[in-house]
Amino acid sequence: MSILVDRKSRVICQGFTGKQGTFHSEQAIAYGTNLVGGVTPGRGGSRHLDRPVFDTVHDAVAKAQADVSMIYVPAPYAADAVLEAADAGIRLIVCITEGIPVNDMVRVKAALAGGKSRLVGPNCPGVITPGECKVGIMPGFIHKPGRVGIISRSGTLTYEAVFQTTNLGLGQSSCVGIGGDPVRGMNFIDVLALFERDAKTAGIILVGEIGGSDEDNAAEYIRRHVAKPIVAYIAGVTAPAGKRMGHAGAVIAGGKGTAADKYAALEDAGVRTVRSPAELGSAMKKALAAGRRRKKKR
Amino acid sequence: MNLHEYQSKRVFSDYGVPVPAGKLAASERDAVAAARELPGPPWVVKAQVHAGGRGKAGGVKLCRSHTEVGKAAAAMLGERLVTPQTGSAGLPINLVYVESGSAIERELYLSLLLNRERSRIAFIASAAGGMNIEEMAVAAPDRILRIDIDPAAGLQSYQCRRLAFGLGLQGGQLAEFERIARAVYRLYLERDLALIEINPLIVTKEGKLVALDAKINVEANALFRQPDLVALRDPSQEDPMEREASAHELNYVSLDGDIACMVNGAGLAMATMDLIKLHGGEPANFLDVGGTATAERVTAAFRLILSNERVRAVLVNIFGGIVRCDVIAEGIVQAVREVGVSVPVIVRLEGTNADKARKILAASKLAITAAKDLTDAATKAVKLAGGGTRR
Repeated sequence: MSILVDRKSRVICQGFTGKQGTFHSEQAIAYGTNLVGGVTPGRGGSRHLDRPVFDTVHDAVAKAQADVSMIYVPAPYAADAVLEAADAGIRLIVCITEGIPVNDMVRVKAALAGGKSRLVGPNCPGVITPGECKVGIMPGFIHKPGRVGIISRSGTLTYEAVFQTTNLGLGQSSCVGIGGDPVRGMNFIDVLALFERDAKTAGIILVGEIGGSDEDNAAEYIRRHVAKPIVAYIAGVTAPAGKRMGHAGAVIAGGKGTAADKYAALEDAGVRTVRSPAELGSAMKKALAAGRRRKKKR
Repeated sequence: MNLHEYQSKRVFSDYGVPVPAGKLAASERDAVAAARELPGPPWVVKAQVHAGGRGKAGGVKLCRSHTEVGKAAAAMLGERLVTPQTGSAGLPINLVYVESGSAIERELYLSLLLNRERSRIAFIASAAGGMNIEEMAVAAPDRILRIDIDPAAGLQSYQCRRLAFGLGLQGGQLAEFERIARAVYRLYLERDLALIEINPLIVTKEGKLVALDAKINVEANALFRQPDLVALRDPSQEDPMEREASAHELNYVSLDGDIACMVNGAGLAMATMDLIKLHGGEPANFLDVGGTATAERVTAAFRLILSNERVRAVLVNIFGGIVRCDVIAEGIVQAVREVGVSVPVIVRLEGTNADKARKILAASKLAITAAKDLTDAATKAVKLAGGGTRR
């Protein structure tokens, strides 16, 4: 069991023959991902990395039965790539691209609403089910099949959580980097719901950061719907207000979106929080030993 | 990227949003000449800096004569304006904007920005204009109106009416408000903005709607397709170190502490600052070298963080994913040799090729303190910053 991707997922890469697309497709293939081809407009009919290249995502779906796409298309064209994947019926769209104009994503998000496609990202490390399928830029070797589900707005902090749970022998069921942009596809709540239902996931690590109110919404959802133990860390306790901290979404606006508020909301929902990212793994281990979280209802 | 008020008002005019008549001046003489050409008295002289709160800080002066306009301009130009939004150093006033005074009946608030929770562009309006929106949210939360716009359907007339009635407008003002709201929305989309704020939007004694102030922020990710707006950038209003960083594609934010950090990934960079604080130190900066750091970029990053004289230790924290740790290690060695680092450097490298990287650092014979994990790195940095002296 896993969420979102497994060894049967038929993955394509949009932006396949570009530098990023090539490098990360090679890495995905080496990891064992079932990469069935890629899309580069104008290069259809040729082969790349011993896989077929298609002109359109529709072709990739028709001819290679693709159901998952990872997107490395440059930012000016990435919104178009996401919409193409959705129109072609791709089940899971993982958009790695960083720097997509926010107003483009507002349109994409509205266009995807109510459709069958799920979007992860943009500006994210991607999704991995260790030992089965790697769709993204994360270093595969730090992962280990196991029972912790990880959700994060930050790439490198996801790797920290992965590394620690691997070293402690817990391993990961699946890891989802939802991305650092203010307008994105799947959110904490969407992934929490999948992990709660997933038989293989015993506990969940949630890594948030300053900006927006998604962690607060996640806290409210956890209070009502999640019984599995959760450990959370929020980056940016020391971040000054009004400054964009690298991620487009990481900015404290009008006193809202501070780490302190997010910690308070999560703790109130019964989540075990850590103030140091170095303690994510050990806290998860303790939480798993303590067993199921008691659901608190208001 | 922020625009100045005078730039924002020019853009407003292009889109048909009414603004007072005004002229830009870089000297006392220009300011007086501007006032002579503009209807008045009164005139208003406004310091052009990238910060709000100018009025209370002395950056907006109402003048009754040409002499007063000259005096106000002379007092502002060449000075630095300190407002609650600028930090203690303030921002340089290189230009003033001279405007015809308006007869104000009422002050309203209108802004357009992203509603993150709903992933939609939203209007925020209030009949309590003049004060900032944060104060308004505390003082009169029930008077704040919000309208989310469906990106496919666009702004609807009923939404404009709801705002207009909520603002207490009447008669011909309703249609005029809708015209302004539509212009503002079109401007926001066409020019890829992240914020338009009109505070205040005034109702004049004659019943006309006029944008008395104008604030525009251009969305950073979209700058590549807005060359006209990029040309309006004013580097004098930016933090010099942040400006230098952006030239090297580094994400940098200045902070007040003395432990510099260099990290890959925005989340980990914030977490590293938090760790320093958690272990009793104060971070000097946020610095994300990005996912594709090269040796050159690491060197540039070192130069940048060491140009801050407060820095008493440097903490390098890299989790190699795409970035290979050995490449970073080579960059660190090169940087320490070239830049001549005189403060302790603490390095924690993990992930892709971490072992190779540790060997490179050890073989360099440089005074680099290796840390075995995150906690070790932070405690060592705090300790060495306290004991270290900068030569």
